[in-house]
Amino acid sequence: MDWITTVDHKKIAVLYLIAGGFFFGIGGIEAILIRIQLMKPMNDFVSAQVFNELITMHGTTMIFLGVMPIIFAVMNAVVPLQIGARDVAFPFVNALGFWTFLFGGLLLNLSWLMGGAPDAGWTAYTPLSGSEYSGTHGVDFYTIGLQIAGLGTLIGGINFLATIITMRAPGMSYMRMPMFTWTTFITSAIILFAFPAITVGLVLLTFDRILGANFFDVAGGGNPVLWQHIFWIFGHPEVYILILPAFGIISEVIPTFARKRLFGYSSMVFATILIAFLGFMVWAHHMFTTGLGTVANALFSISTMLIAVPTGIKIFNWLFTMWGGQIRFTAANLFAVGFVPTFVMGGVTGVMLASAPADFQFHDTYFVVAHFHYVIVGGLVLGLFSGLHYWWPKMFGRVLSETLGKWTFWTFMIGFQLTFFVQHFLGLMGMQRRIVTYLPNQDFDLLNLVSSVGAFLMGVGVILFLVNIAITTRKPADAPNDPWEDGRTLEWSIPSPPPEYNFKQTPLVRGIDAYWKEKMAGHTEMTPAEPVGSIHMPSATPLPFVMSVGIFIAGLGLMFSKDDFHNAFMNGLFNNYIVVIIGLLITFGAMALRSLYDDHGWHIEPEDQDEKGVRT
Amino acid sequence: MMKQWQVAKRILPLLAVFSLLLSACGREDLSVMKPQGPVAQGQYDLMKLSITIMIVVLIIVFAIAAYVLIRFRRRAGQNKMPEQVEGNFKLEVIWTAIPLLLVIVLAVPTVKTIFAQGEDLSKDKNAIQVKVTSHQYWWEFTYPQYDVTTAQDLIIPTGKKIAFELKTADVLHSFWVPSLAGKMDTNPDGTLNKFSFSAPNEGVYRGKCAELCGRSHAFMEFKVKAVSQESFDKWVNEMKAPAVLPEDTQLAEKFKTNCLSCHAVGDQGGPVAPNLTGIGGKQSVAGILLNQGEGQEDGNPVLDNMKEWLHDPQSVKPGNTMPNPKDLGLTDEEIDGIAEYLANYKLDYE
Repeated sequence: MDWITTVDHKKIAVLYLIAGGFFFGIGGIEAILIRIQLMKPMNDFVSAQVFNELITMHGTTMIFLGVMPIIFAVMNAVVPLQIGARDVAFPFVNALGFWTFLFGGLLLNLSWLMGGAPDAGWTAYTPLSGSEYSGTHGVDFYTIGLQIAGLGTLIGGINFLATIITMRAPGMSYMRMPMFTWTTFITSAIILFAFPAITVGLVLLTFDRILGANFFDVAGGGNPVLWQHIFWIFGHPEVYILILPAFGIISEVIPTFARKRLFGYSSMVFATILIAFLGFMVWAHHMFTTGLGTVANALFSISTMLIAVPTGIKIFNWLFTMWGGQIRFTAANLFAVGFVPTFVMGGVTGVMLASAPADFQFHDTYFVVAHFHYVIVGGLVLGLFSGLHYWWPKMFGRVLSETLGKWTFWTFMIGFQLTFFVQHFLGLMGMQRRIVTYLPNQDFDLLNLVSSVGAFLMGVGVILFLVNIAITTRKPADAPNDPWEDGRTLEWSIPSPPPEYNFKQTPLVRGIDAYWKEKMAGHTEMTPAEPVGSIHMPSATPLPFVMSVGIFIAGLGLMFSKDDFHNAFMNGLFNNYIVVIIGLLITFGAMALRSLYDDHGWHIEPEDQDEKGVRT
Repeated sequence: MMKQWQVAKRILPLLAVFSLLLSACGREDLSVMKPQGPVAQGQYDLMKLSITIMIVVLIIVFAIAAYVLIRFRRRAGQNKMPEQVEGNFKLEVIWTAIPLLLVIVLAVPTVKTIFAQGEDLSKDKNAIQVKVTSHQYWWEFTYPQYDVTTAQDLIIPTGKKIAFELKTADVLHSFWVPSLAGKMDTNPDGTLNKFSFSAPNEGVYRGKCAELCGRSHAFMEFKVKAVSQESFDKWVNEMKAPAVLPEDTQLAEKFKTNCLSCHAVGDQGGPVAPNLTGIGGKQSVAGILLNQGEGQEDGNPVLDNMKEWLHDPQSVKPGNTMPNPKDLGLTDEEIDGIAEYLANYKLDYE
């Protein structure tokens, strides 16, 4: 019950981590099934229909329900601590964001049990995703599930923007913010501008499918290419929503374990802003083969190549952060160090793809599959592993086993390279993506086998990580404030895990890497910026959970509103939108309750402020 | 200067090895890395340029990373704090400028190639015009200059520029012959795409659908067959010759009522499904069952493939719209008879 009503950012982080980890596991199992099917030519392990459902759900689950929530978990756990805040700006809304994400994700995955998962690819290109060619409810689960889950992301993004703008500790100017907070800030800004596009797209597709509109139907005057523009004007910035937090994590981990401040901090900040800006200018590079014409292709080629410049700045800054330092190879740092060359690989193939005539060959082949897995797995997932190993003691008060962590790194890393490096060649040799099988004797066989073996090894790496968590959880929570001894930012100045109110007294920030600066000055803790006093806390509430349940019910009701259940009662319930109305009543009722009933929260008085951590 | 040259000398053999490795990859009739025509060659040249630039970048980054990781690891008893460097304006300008330069080096030929290959040949009298229509899950090729329509095997004369106009009859597909040119999507009416390629050498090239288009996306393959100009002219004439129907009149009647309602042979039948004229001489049955022949290691006799297809089309291409001949009331013997007739229906043009 405590977990359902909590509004504490640290507990919501844990919820995000568990839910994200759960969906990540589902997406991983889907990936393994895909690789088993492609292990040998003309394999019939799964049918063509199931294969299309697997690739669609693997992509959708990993992007929206796997890695994004884990990013949100890390952001929730770390950002308020890094800026010296007691919580996010809107704790209630933060909880609402989590629950809508969870119920959206559950709705999407219910499709496996309720008559067919979406099968039109994670990009859901029309007309294949229209009701004419995708007759099951699969794509309805996709549009409505993602709509609900996306609501959570948008809510979360806005919340972080407000938090970072308004709740920084005294003295923490923008140019003194830790890099991870910076990337969270920029990421949230991208979410704010990109998610409305997918929201609109999903609404239009829902209208087409359920209410018989014609936005993407040529016969009705619509245009299927319109969907591609809407999808990618969200979809490309989405890539940066995913990768910028990883950049932030790497920018925290590398300086800590090299015992040096981040090289070129201000150029890092401006490179991040520039990447975000350019990220919105390049969506059509996903559409070179759609036939936009020579001028559009030329312009989008060049704008895409330009992204290499700020990204290059970042890479060299990380390398020169380590230059002259004293590097310690903890598990967290292994992942961070492994990230750099792997991400460079993904980056250079990105520049190759940007050249439109060459992209006519690369597009929709395994070369692209290799490229974006190098970016998303080799970049983001390695970044997340690094961040989780790094901040685990702060979140849970227990340091993860270093030995197991290193095993995780090596199995995952070797498995990853085996899986995806060879796929570059498969693409160049003529293997298109999203194919359920391939003819023998096309020189595809051996490389596909290698790729599948690598995928199993990655699976072993993930299992080792879970084992590590299980073992560590049994140990006593006795991690010191600053378990890595070289912590630089504010979160390391408070106990692990932090008390419910994070900071007994808001700290005074006197420079970049505030805690490091105090340590170098011979202090053991931050200078407070306020006297000890009564701390105001928000009340726990089940309302966010109830609101999300309402939206979930309304979504299900809308989806089945045209179905014939061969049962007069059920037909009456669904076909007259009664279920939709009940769901919306629950949600709006909860909203009304929240508006009408004033809850002023409660206070923790100074005598109750012991420095013990909250149980998480 | 001397030192830089030495670095270059070290990189060169690596590049040579790498290009060898690249060109050793894949089949000549399929691989992007073994281009068989000028368009694919132009694209391959761009790829080689970008790969070269990128490998240089990779080598530099990997070298710095390796040096840093070995040289600056923390040793036992190292307790003094390293110097806290803020940054270095000069260095940062350098690694902003160098990528910018590299991007320009790649951008200029990219833009050139985009405009060179984007030429519209649809009004060119010397080019062979081909209208490609993609269907779930087969390819239709119409030659408006010759009033000929065929399916699955695209026959072209060597050396001639082929100007394509692409469209789809249902969902989006993508037309791709890796060894001849990059892919181009087939959109519905209103957003038709145009592009062109040519094949200087005679041969059969494998083509694929590159856009997810439903259950049989993987099986939506086709072949491009480049033949001499004389053979091509002969083929056009054979295609326009009157239909050849089964000799057995009873079978011919069955064939007419059951198959020709959708399919066409010669001057008879309907245009809904693939044109069957000369189908026994094609490279494959249904695009995916390879017939015995040169370069088709797993090819079966065309009769076997035809029987496999006709006895259960859904098991070969799930989700296709061809009705099962058994459901049309044909007996096994009649299906075998039609299979035999179709397998022997070949055009003589080579």
